[in-house]
Amino acid sequence: MSTPSRTSVASGTNPPSKSSAPGEPRRIAATAKPAVGRGYRLQWEQAQQAHVLLYPEGMVKLNDSAGAIMSRCDGERTIGQIVEDLEKTYDASGLTGEVTAFVEMAVAQKWLEVRE
Amino acid sequence: MSAVAAPRPGPPLWLLLELTYRCPLHCAFCYNPTNLAETGAELATEDWLRVLREARELGAVQLGLSGGEPLARDDLEEIVAEAHGLGYYINLITSGVGMTEQRIAALKQAGLDHIQLSFQDSTREVNDFLSSTRTFELKSRVAAMIKRHDYPMVLNVVLHRLNIDHVEQILDMADRLGAEYLELANTQYYGWAWKNRESLLPSREQVRRAEEATARFRERVGNRMQVYFVVPDYFETRPKPCMNGLGSVFLTVTPDGTALPCHAAKMLPGLDFPNVREASIGDIWYASPGFDRFRGDSWMKEPCRSCPEKTRDFGGCRCQAYLLTGDATNADPVCELSPHHHLITEAVERAEQAVAAGEARAPAVERPILFFRDHRSRDHRSRDRRNQR
Ligand code: SF4
Repeated sequence: MSTPSRTSVASGTNPPSKSSAPGEPRRIAATAKPAVGRGYRLQWEQAQQAHVLLYPEGMVKLNDSAGAIMSRCDGERTIGQIVEDLEKTYDASGLTGEVTAFVEMAVAQKWLEVRE
Repeated sequence: MSAVAAPRPGPPLWLLLELTYRCPLHCAFCYNPTNLAETGAELATEDWLRVLREARELGAVQLGLSGGEPLARDDLEEIVAEAHGLGYYINLITSGVGMTEQRIAALKQAGLDHIQLSFQDSTREVNDFLSSTRTFELKSRVAAMIKRHDYPMVLNVVLHRLNIDHVEQILDMADRLGAEYLELANTQYYGWAWKNRESLLPSREQVRRAEEATARFRERVGNRMQVYFVVPDYFETRPKPCMNGLGSVFLTVTPDGTALPCHAAKMLPGLDFPNVREASIGDIWYASPGFDRFRGDSWMKEPCRSCPEKTRDFGGCRCQAYLLTGDATNADPVCELSPHHHLITEAVERAEQAVAAGEARAPAVERPILFFRDHRSRDHRSRDRRNQR
């Protein structure tokens, strides 16, 4: 069985994607507009009290912060706008690094696609 | 009841509906995969719709639709539409027979999320495919439809001694078909494969070469296709966490309405499995002895009972334990801590000798079984990646 056991995705602690080769870090721009990847679906599951990401024959249960970020990735908003929204909603500051790192990881996993 | 009551199990997150026994392949080598005299009639449309609603209410979210050949049911579109409305992620597992432009468009319209194009678990169908006969034409035609309608495509091929040496060719053909995921799953030895285990178990060398070919292919195609190579558990020293433990996340309903915690679990003796015609999914999941039997660890014997790894692998596969040792409560003999582990190593030894002697006889019985990829394979991705390094 797949991922019901591979549950939590810690948004802040994940290493940036492997696309950042040593010497040429490829950060995703603040103007990029992430959207849920093709073949993936994000939805809130009442029974699990969590956002889950569904894909062919698999499922990832997202933790609260990952869910908060991904549910804002609608292909319309830029990373900058998403950060702003999150900082306002959660009364926090300095989330750019964390959000960018999560988006990079999620893009590497194909959970998200980025439109510039 | 009391303070010592076991914790309520989590929801059946994963629902597999085997919609029909029918399969229109009519292959010369195929006999009907089930004894129709022993099984009741297929569930009607409204039964399936009720099952979908009840399971979704409990929290089911991943839905597999298989068979037989699910396209043999002309209410498939209706079932998909209901499932989509309820919020399932819907996977169709098909051989491709019966797929038409019109149906694939209607299924898309109804909300189908993904199509897994499967090969029957038989030597003949894969061989046909490899030798570019009708099967190859059928799969390419359906693969092209899948692409055209923008479904993600998973191709599933079951490997064993007689086809594992062709992995390279299978990989290339999957690439030509435009598959985004390819699962090369080694046969699980129960049902048809169990009867033919002596002809089907590959040698270590065969597995090693197939893994190498897979690694080379991955290098070459990069991100274009994801390939999962599932090592046969006979070559492992720890068992798979089969189904995450019976009755923990997975619920299968057979065409006649029998509810099972795993599609193979019917073989387990002394277990009564309820029918969705008589009981609600909630009662089946939370209140039937058949689903409860192998939850937790109180059923376990040594060495599992006192083993620290029991929370990780749940003692392995109950069906495998039963088939090899005659007792479903034993440790899966794949585990090297099992007193029955020699049954596995001896079978592997016999396979080594047979392959070395060039024995590649065809299995005594050809019996196609549709393969639901998540049965025991997913947890192997991590292992698979480890092997790559
Ligand atoms: S003894 Fe049982 S629980 Fe321990 S590793 Fe082996 S199968 Fe798993």
